[in-house]
Amino acid sequence: MDLITDGLKKAMEMILTGDKEIFEITWLTLRVCFMAIVISSLIGLPLGMFLGLSRFKGRKLLLVFINIGMGLPPVVAGLWITMLLWRSGPLGHLQLLYSPTAIVMAQVLVSLPIVTGLTSSAFQQISEKMLLQIKALGATKLQTFSILLKQTRVAILAAIMAGFGRVIAEVGAAMMVGGNIQGDTRILTTSIVMEVSKGNFDVALAISFILLTAALLITAALTLLQQRKRLS
Amino acid sequence: MLKNRFFATLFVFMVLLLSACGNTDNKQADASDKQKEPKAEPTELILATTTSTQDSGLLDVLLPIFEEENNVKVKTIAVGTGQALEMGTKGEADVLLVHAPKSEEELVTSGDAINRKRVMYNDYILVGPNDNPAGVSGEDTKAAFQKIFEVKANFITRGDDSGTHKKELGIWTAATIEPTGDTYISTGQGMGASLQIANEKGGYILTDRATWLAQEKNLTNLKIVVEGGQDLMNIYHVMQVNPEKHDMVNSKDAEKFVEFMVDSKTQDVIETFGKEEFGQSLFIKYTE
Repeated sequence: MDLITDGLKKAMEMILTGDKEIFEITWLTLRVCFMAIVISSLIGLPLGMFLGLSRFKGRKLLLVFINIGMGLPPVVAGLWITMLLWRSGPLGHLQLLYSPTAIVMAQVLVSLPIVTGLTSSAFQQISEKMLLQIKALGATKLQTFSILLKQTRVAILAAIMAGFGRVIAEVGAAMMVGGNIQGDTRILTTSIVMEVSKGNFDVALAISFILLTAALLITAALTLLQQRKRLS
Repeated sequence: MLKNRFFATLFVFMVLLLSACGNTDNKQADASDKQKEPKAEPTELILATTTSTQDSGLLDVLLPIFEEENNVKVKTIAVGTGQALEMGTKGEADVLLVHAPKSEEELVTSGDAINRKRVMYNDYILVGPNDNPAGVSGEDTKAAFQKIFEVKANFITRGDDSGTHKKELGIWTAATIEPTGDTYISTGQGMGASLQIANEKGGYILTDRATWLAQEKNLTNLKIVVEGGQDLMNIYHVMQVNPEKHDMVNSKDAEKFVEFMVDSKTQDVIETFGKEEFGQSLFIKYTE
């Protein structure tokens, strides 16, 4: 129990005294996670929409792969990205390994299937009758699109939140492709792992509280956005 | 209207997120402003090293000096010696700081590493449970290992091909024992984590002294049982990855790093490191 109160105290101390390193690590974590989730959303939402609404040969197979991808172990993603980015690998000339960009790549790999999969199931829920009705009322393509988006708003934001939860909690891949380099690729989760292996449990606990607070604030913001004006 | 407002909000949110991502450059600019004089973009050097140099905090002291002097950004990848050496043979790192002399020599022979220089040493120690079920003590490591194996006391091994793991296997071989069974517990993790497991499970474990001293405060169930034996010396070498064999290697800064590590000023820093906190040096200078 002492350890927990020590950790909380340490966290407060780090935040209140403006510990520069912890601030930088938190900031990097947020930047990397936002970048990953924005990319995943930009690709995953339209893709999920398309997969949910259209019917074509091979669609079911594609959905199977996306659903497997939703459970892709981050360590596997990390290993693949590492091998891709090795100096001796296909993208080695870009010198991206052990950089924040590499972490973003790994996180996109684990969050993209989640965003895509959840979006596509949301669009599969839309009834055929409604689509017909929209058409019958003479809506333009753009109007149809925005009506559908509005219909699935809650589910889309849920997809984004699930993806975000995945990336902010991610540690295995970030450790592998980022290397936990001080002042460069050290993020909150990898710091926790390192502090634990150094035996600094109080610091590790303190960082865990900071990570949870950040996750809480962001998820709360997204939830408010999701639940806003539900009656409209 | 409401519909539009929702999308407007979502749009603003996205833009905010993107701008948060875009701030990287400003931040880096701020950081370099703090160094006052405008400098050229620092070159990057990948250092593959062992967990002990990072977990002990030595690198936190040394690297800023080197980075400042040479305008280099050192990217430290702290892994087991086995993985560090593998990164050397693959050309994934530029310079190595490791402690497994035998395996290092293989790299030099194969031509993957050049310019190998001795840097420092400390020693390994055998720690064990406070009640010392195998009743071992003194200097004779081999005898201690035999005793532990005979009484079937828990022995924790890192099992990760690290320098410490290689050392431990060497001692088992010297004692003509092949460690097996339920009491030989392989963690597959770094020194710090393995020590904690030994602490929880009440087992013996071979560790480098630096990590032990840095973590002693958490390891209340363990104490040093065997130390000081000739076979427990832990020697660190620094070496460059051969640029002729791997074309993307940053050999210019790697060479500077090797020189830096054996420089007498650096050696003094190494020897004073930890004295204040632990009352003894964690690493002793030991150049050729």
